[in-house]
Amino acid sequence: MKKDILSSIENIEIYPIISLLIFVIFFVGMFIWVIRVDKKYIDHMKEMPLDDETPNNSSYEKV
Amino acid sequence: MSVTTLEQFHYDNKIVKYFGVATIAWGLVGMLVGVIAATQLFLPEANLGNPYTTYGRIRPLHTNAVIFAFIGNAIFAGVYYSMPRLLKTPMWSKTLSWFHFWGWQTIILLAAITLPLGLTSSKEYAELEWPIDILIAVVWVAFGANMIGALIKRREKHMYVAIWFYLASFVTIAVLHIFNSLALPVSLFKSYSAYAGVQDALVQWWYGHNAVAFFLTTPFLGLMYYYLPKAANRPVYSYKLSIVHFWSLIFLYIWAGPHHLLYTALPEWAQVLGVVFSVMLIAPSWGGMVNGLLTLRGAWDKVRVDPVLKFMVVAVTAYGMATFEGPMLSLKNVNAIAHYTDWIVAHVHIGALGWNGFFTFAMLYWLWPKMWKTNLYSTKLATTHFWMGTLGIIFYALPMYVAALTQSLMWKEFTEAGRLAYPNFLETVVEIVPMYIIRAFGGLMYLSGAILMVYNMVKTAKQGTFIAYEADEAPALKPHVEHEGEFWHRAWERKPLFFTVLATVAILIGGIVEIIPTILVKSNVPTISSVQPYTPLELQGRDLYISNGCVGCHSQMIRPFRSETERYGEYSKAGEFVYDRPFLWGSKRTGPDLHRVGGKYPDSWHYHHMVDPRTMSPGSLMPPYPWMSTNIMDHKDLPAKIRTLQKLGVPYPEGYDQQANADLSIQADQIVANLKASGVEVLPDTEIVALIAYLQRLGTDIRKTTVANP
Repeated sequence: MKKDILSSIENIEIYPIISLLIFVIFFVGMFIWVIRVDKKYIDHMKEMPLDDETPNNSSYEKV
Repeated sequence: MSVTTLEQFHYDNKIVKYFGVATIAWGLVGMLVGVIAATQLFLPEANLGNPYTTYGRIRPLHTNAVIFAFIGNAIFAGVYYSMPRLLKTPMWSKTLSWFHFWGWQTIILLAAITLPLGLTSSKEYAELEWPIDILIAVVWVAFGANMIGALIKRREKHMYVAIWFYLASFVTIAVLHIFNSLALPVSLFKSYSAYAGVQDALVQWWYGHNAVAFFLTTPFLGLMYYYLPKAANRPVYSYKLSIVHFWSLIFLYIWAGPHHLLYTALPEWAQVLGVVFSVMLIAPSWGGMVNGLLTLRGAWDKVRVDPVLKFMVVAVTAYGMATFEGPMLSLKNVNAIAHYTDWIVAHVHIGALGWNGFFTFAMLYWLWPKMWKTNLYSTKLATTHFWMGTLGIIFYALPMYVAALTQSLMWKEFTEAGRLAYPNFLETVVEIVPMYIIRAFGGLMYLSGAILMVYNMVKTAKQGTFIAYEADEAPALKPHVEHEGEFWHRAWERKPLFFTVLATVAILIGGIVEIIPTILVKSNVPTISSVQPYTPLELQGRDLYISNGCVGCHSQMIRPFRSETERYGEYSKAGEFVYDRPFLWGSKRTGPDLHRVGGKYPDSWHYHHMVDPRTMSPGSLMPPYPWMSTNIMDHKDLPAKIRTLQKLGVPYPEGYDQQANADLSIQADQIVANLKASGVEVLPDTEIVALIAYLQRLGTDIRKTTVANP
């Protein structure tokens, strides 16, 4: 059944190869980027949620 | 120097407070309806004797209230607090914020009115009828516009990972909602799905699964990446891992939908695709869980004293459990046992009660003291809530696992003679009733804990002063200067619109590959020549079946297992459903499958069974429907229904809309005569007559083939 559906689309055999390539290239690129990325940038991003403190920083640690 | 000038602005806490209050209010309603529905499963009388509060209608009310009202409002509260602070700017437009808030509450209110009235599309988690669907789309776009506007006006160059999750959730839910809700209206409160049978099932579970992914998972992961570091007062364990987590999760999730349809009439290739991607999903899901838990490294002593962290730890652990269980359940051999049983109910409640519920509680316990500039009124009470909630989850889930395994094994047990050991479905139900009682108790405990939280939050608010608009200042965003060696990902994530487009592409690939071949090509469903459109009376009966939520307990999909074909009859074929708009395969068998019920019993059996199920099946848990024998249907909407179905391609002859009512009367009179012969007097235009017509038709078309082509 799968064949019947897919064979009705022209040049269908290239589609899975293209999608595989997009997938692999994107993820390989992302991994390379993640490994090589500037540590200062990562530290900056990491601290973001903690940077927005306004005064009166109540904490449960006092409990 | 102008570059260092600090700009003044205010964060809107008022909208967060409103969404927060709505979260709790609707949460209590949703949980209460859940407890009532759970009670009806061992005490059918708890339906209060009317159609509006009967299980089939309040089950969707419960799921919608919990998902869209409780969890939905929690997402919005969390986003409206965290996003402006991460971007150093208020949300784009206060008017949009308030339109979003009141629009969303209106939708919930409309759902709470229409679902008990039986106005439903019956597609799980997308039950609302088309006018409400349009309103949902409008309000959702307002939410998205508000976020994107804030991104454009931001004072922080880079987008923190939480915002990526928010954006991906926004675009994906928009796409899913629009495609799954496509329907042709008959009237203001009735429409027929644009898809039929197998196609409808595939689109529905592509939607259903990804509603879990992009409404219950990704927004909460965004919240986790903001509130967990906040509560632990330390940055996330690995920001790099969060990047990998994000992209792999949104890419993989969208493919996994067909695992809800294993062994059904869905084409095999789509089932395989669903399984493969589901198994792969373990990796990013656990990456996220580990990232969350390791954020607490060196802070575990705080977990001992801080209820916020306690809730978060259990929430993230529950996320890990549910996302391990999910892929396991999508393996075909596990699914063969677990599908249609209470295992699935347990699984979703680990997610809903543990992950979503507990994270929401944590967030609210954290937000309230912050916004009221005070400390939590009672840590002790919050800790009590934590333990009640945790025990509630255990009392809920464990009995469900026991019930599921017990019942499933009973369904599949054969005697030495090769016959079903428990041929009467009811035997397998009676066996697990004690488990249903314990489950309802677990739910009640969870609800009681939530009530404690309300008291604690009210008291916290009373002892503090609410800061409606919190002032902050930040330098304006400097015009960007290209740095050498800047990598593409970092550049993208600085361009939020482009980033949004990329995330959309990532989720669309999966959708396109799975959906398009099934939708566009007609020949994907093998046609069976003897399968004919429903007669007018059967159509009316089917719409009654939909409106009463029968699909909540009865499947119409016999899987190709000997244990099922012995019990129910010939397994279901894709071609049998080509006129089913919407499909009614169901996802849970609290009662038996009904796909081959047609012709199995005489009309009078159905009459007595509907009026009081226990006269025919002693010990049955099915609610009685005595009103069906007296409620009159006027059938005025029939011509419009026929015309709508014709537009959708159902081959009724031209001008049939004018003849339909006459045909309906003939068939109704026949059923009335059958009933009279068995000593039952009933009017031909009562609901029960239409319902009997539909039930007697179910699954019978295929027998005509066997007769015609021996």
